[in-house]
Amino acid sequence: MAQHPTGHSHDAHAHGDSHESHGSLKSYVIGFVLSLVLTIIPLVAVLNDMVEGTAARVLLLVTAVLQFVVQLFFFMHLREEKKPRWNLMALILGLVIVLTIVIGSIWIMTYNKVA
Amino acid sequence: MANHGNHAASGAHGHDHGHGGHHDLEALRQMGFWLFLITDCILFGTLFATYIVLHNNTAGGPTASELFEMPGVIAETFILLTSSFTSGLAVLCMNRGNRQGLIGWLAVTAILGAAFIGLEVSEFLKMVDEGAKISTSAFLSGFYTLVGTHGLHVSVGLCWMIALMFQLRKHGITSVTRRKVNVISLYWHFLDVVWIFVFTIVYMMGVM
Repeated sequence: MAQHPTGHSHDAHAHGDSHESHGSLKSYVIGFVLSLVLTIIPLVAVLNDMVEGTAARVLLLVTAVLQFVVQLFFFMHLREEKKPRWNLMALILGLVIVLTIVIGSIWIMTYNKVA
Repeated sequence: MANHGNHAASGAHGHDHGHGGHHDLEALRQMGFWLFLITDCILFGTLFATYIVLHNNTAGGPTASELFEMPGVIAETFILLTSSFTSGLAVLCMNRGNRQGLIGWLAVTAILGAAFIGLEVSEFLKMVDEGAKISTSAFLSGFYTLVGTHGLHVSVGLCWMIALMFQLRKHGITSVTRRKVNVISLYWHFLDVVWIFVFTIVYMMGVM
């Protein structure tokens, strides 16, 4: 308990080095620009029919996942977490459950169409 | 009990820069909120799974590509994305001890959030007007439940953010309000992440 369970342990410093553990203006601006780019790429490519079908789906999912990673790193400061990385552990557990639910549902229901 | 224990333990560990049990308790609370966000992820995961499975079952009603109007959705996306950035700027101001800046950026974030909700509500009203109700088809049940749950989260976040601005005005930046700002900014980034997947899976894949 006393071993600083989260990476945001240094938040309660009133002044000084607190911004180190909570990103800088630079990291927020980089994150924002990356998010904008990762939103505009699929918009332009898919709505103008530059990619279609499976390629478009892959592009959409890849840019969405990348944007998720950008938010985690640049906005939610996951990378700056101190050991032990409880936040990361919990996130991985949550993602395993979410992916199991989503992919499992798709898998089961694809073969559920009894004609 | 936890508070007392933490205090004693952090003393024993020899932290000499002035954070005691209170600090550890706030850090623990923030950790608890992170766990809530993970469970919220699982909630949205089930709603996404439901929508993905049902999105072709339109029961003779309108389909996704007939119904969705992208200009409004694109505007919502950029508004929410910008508000995620401005909530980050609020945290930056807080870390510099700038209370006015903190409240100001939170206000900008709340205004952007309100604009997002306004656009979404008008989109829903228009769709219902066109006869696309939640009871029309399994596709629309899944759609309104998924997107509506996200919208509800944003609305709750808005009320919470306004309440927090009053607290900040009254109490200033303390270890308690600091944790609250950190937590709501995590919540807001999380809602942006969920929206990215709503935008990608529901809207973009719906109209392509």
